[in-house]
Amino acid sequence: MKKSYIFFLVFILTLIGYSCTDDGPSGPDSSDFDRQAILVNWADNIIIPAFSSFSEKTSELHTAAERFADEPTLANLEGLRENWETAYISFQQVSMFDTGIAIQIRYRDNLNIYPTDPDEIHDNIEEGSSNLELPALNDSQGFPALDYLLYGLAESDAAILKYYTQGDHAAAYRTYLTDLTARIDFLTNEIIDYWQEDYRDDFVQNSGNGANASVDMMVNDYIFYYEKALRAGKVGIPAGVFSGNSLSTHAEAYYRGDLSNRLLLAALDAAQNFFNGKHFNSDETGESLNSYLEYLNTIKNGADLSSLINDQFDSARNEIQTLDDNLAHQVESDNSKMLLAYDELQLNVVYMKVDMLQALNINVDYVDADGD
Amino acid sequence: MGNNGTFLHKYLNNQSDAAPLAVFRILFGLLMLISLIRFAANGWIEKLYLEPTFFFSYYGFEWVKPIGDFTYLIFIICGISAIMISIGYKYRLAAFVFFLSFTYIELMDKTTYLNHYYFISIVSFLMIFLPAHAYYSVDAYKYDQLRAQRVPTWAIDAVKLLLFIVYFYAGLAKLNSDWLFHAMPLKLWLPSNYALPILGDLLQKEWVHYFFSWSGALYDLTIPFLLLARKTRLFAFSLVVIFHVLTRVLFPIGMFPYIMIACTLIFFEASFHHKILRIISRLVKVSKNHFDNALDYRFPNSLLKKVSLGIVGLFFVIQLVFPFRHALYPGELFWTEEGYRFSWRVMLMEKAGYANFKIQDSDTGGQFYVDNSEFLTRFQEKQMATQPDFILEFAHHLKDHYKQLGIRKPKIYVESYVALNGRRSSPYINPEVDLTTINKSFKHKTWILPFDDSIKGL
Repeated sequence: MKKSYIFFLVFILTLIGYSCTDDGPSGPDSSDFDRQAILVNWADNIIIPAFSSFSEKTSELHTAAERFADEPTLANLEGLRENWETAYISFQQVSMFDTGIAIQIRYRDNLNIYPTDPDEIHDNIEEGSSNLELPALNDSQGFPALDYLLYGLAESDAAILKYYTQGDHAAAYRTYLTDLTARIDFLTNEIIDYWQEDYRDDFVQNSGNGANASVDMMVNDYIFYYEKALRAGKVGIPAGVFSGNSLSTHAEAYYRGDLSNRLLLAALDAAQNFFNGKHFNSDETGESLNSYLEYLNTIKNGADLSSLINDQFDSARNEIQTLDDNLAHQVESDNSKMLLAYDELQLNVVYMKVDMLQALNINVDYVDADGD
Repeated sequence: MGNNGTFLHKYLNNQSDAAPLAVFRILFGLLMLISLIRFAANGWIEKLYLEPTFFFSYYGFEWVKPIGDFTYLIFIICGISAIMISIGYKYRLAAFVFFLSFTYIELMDKTTYLNHYYFISIVSFLMIFLPAHAYYSVDAYKYDQLRAQRVPTWAIDAVKLLLFIVYFYAGLAKLNSDWLFHAMPLKLWLPSNYALPILGDLLQKEWVHYFFSWSGALYDLTIPFLLLARKTRLFAFSLVVIFHVLTRVLFPIGMFPYIMIACTLIFFEASFHHKILRIISRLVKVSKNHFDNALDYRFPNSLLKKVSLGIVGLFFVIQLVFPFRHALYPGELFWTEEGYRFSWRVMLMEKAGYANFKIQDSDTGGQFYVDNSEFLTRFQEKQMATQPDFILEFAHHLKDHYKQLGIRKPKIYVESYVALNGRRSSPYINPEVDLTTINKSFKHKTWILPFDDSIKGL
């Protein structure tokens, strides 16, 4: 009698246990804070609008490249440069969303690996028929390669134009240019389609917790972007933080020169706007890391982390605004100011990676290993 | 004194029904096998032991490393010995091989340390010296002189005592101000389970965090007593099931809850275990009667008996004392983690950190920072950033690395921040200390910056 009672109890409880264990669909919305609303806000008001806007720019960029290829005049070159600049700045608003299919097609690597490799670019052009899908060719395509092809081929515009109009390879140079813009446009459309088809709903539905939940993955990708691409890529590496000697040629948009600071600021704004859940191209804000941290703060009465992080974004911006438009020049003339900007950016790595992840209870690793 | 002597003598010669120990052996082996298969199926052998290029070692065990693709072989050996334990075939050898292979796996990289794995290691060590194969095993089936329905009582009590220590010490560790009066770290961990049906909303409430903290501590402290007393045993076991199933639901805790539930069955009376064995007999079509010979287990020789008793006795002295070694260190245990491991501090704190290493060339004065991801996986980096011994070991690795790259005398500094139990992050390691001048040791690490708060308790 007694024994069978035990078996019954074990059976029922284990059943309950199993029914709850695996990451099933999310339960009823939390009465206090709706985490799914963050995902909806991210997808519908930030990520998809940002990609849509960027895809318009990439399409215009490609059209401008084709126009230039048809008629390689100075006027068309300038038009193409303008489109390149607009698109490059717009890219800063989507670069951090390296998630889902973007990570599979290595979107950011294809569009913005710098410094670009001029020798490889010339080889690709002169040999013809190079396969841009090869990861080895990441550094001879995307915006940095266009930077070189539009500004870096020669000192003067006239000399640059010669590459596209004279010599055995002129046609190949023109083709390579349109190959690059076509690829940027193609990859961007692939991501838009992906988000607009099924991924948006999958992303929003995956609102549980755990290493593979949308919030966890997005936050990890976001911090990874901030740490590696923004802090290190745009500032730390050119300033020589990781090499001991400054590397001005590693600045973003090195050949154009005076765009690097604006690209950095655009990226910083985008990162802060994402943190605050600010709708794309609008002053409206929705549920975000900021509002979630504020909610959690009401539970634990801890430090006001969200304003700490926002303040740190602001002081980094203030520091960056004092830098030269051309960050390569800044590195060469007075690298100490560059290092100051780096330090300001660095502090937010600590706030986000240590304090924020702890507050959100998100692991920094993708290995879904057992805990203690 | 004389009385005690005769009491001990009498106790050591007491015999009990062997069924609880046999069931324990069967379930332990089976669950180990399942755990190993799960570990491999999750791709963790590759992720944790083959992909990293650097591994963190325990002091004195620097020679224990993954051995490339042969690492799989260690897991296979471990799995085979788990099967052999379960069926009781060449049992003592199997327990020995399991202990060695499992412990080797755990020693390969300190990053993956879990109290649970340590528990498995020491249980399997203990099992080498217990006659868990005397009853209902292949060995006992084959060898008439081994087959015995009764084993020394101390052999069963040894497993109970170990479980007692694990629970009770885990409870003692929870008696600290963060756990009891701030509901930390549960206050950080529980709200993220918002997606659970019914529980999800409750876990947002502050009183629930306190309720879980206090009942968790109370559970750990009382459960060993409740399991020991016959009257409360059934109630206690249902608590065990509820508690561990709940931890399984709330935390990524793997197989451990099931292992603990299975282990605590040993507290039940023999009649209950005979019932289980009858079920198994029906399933595998083995005659249980063959084993029911009412004989006492006899050690093959008195030396083995003496050695077994001596080692088990020493084992428990160490187990009782070792978890308190943190008392020998100054400073806050949760902050310095000096004496933290191997002490049943299970799911006790939440720590997050960030460590930025600076390499200085003494010859040129030039300096630069290290990209940790060049050397460590994210998991390793995370573990490294909050634990001083990891930070030091990594610094020494960096020293060797940059020496090879031609920096004759690198100095290595670390700028690090750690957040403990929801406090704001604060500087962790003294950034002025050149870590290449520090040797690995068990001495107090004076280069850890002091904790700027206090946590009262054990």
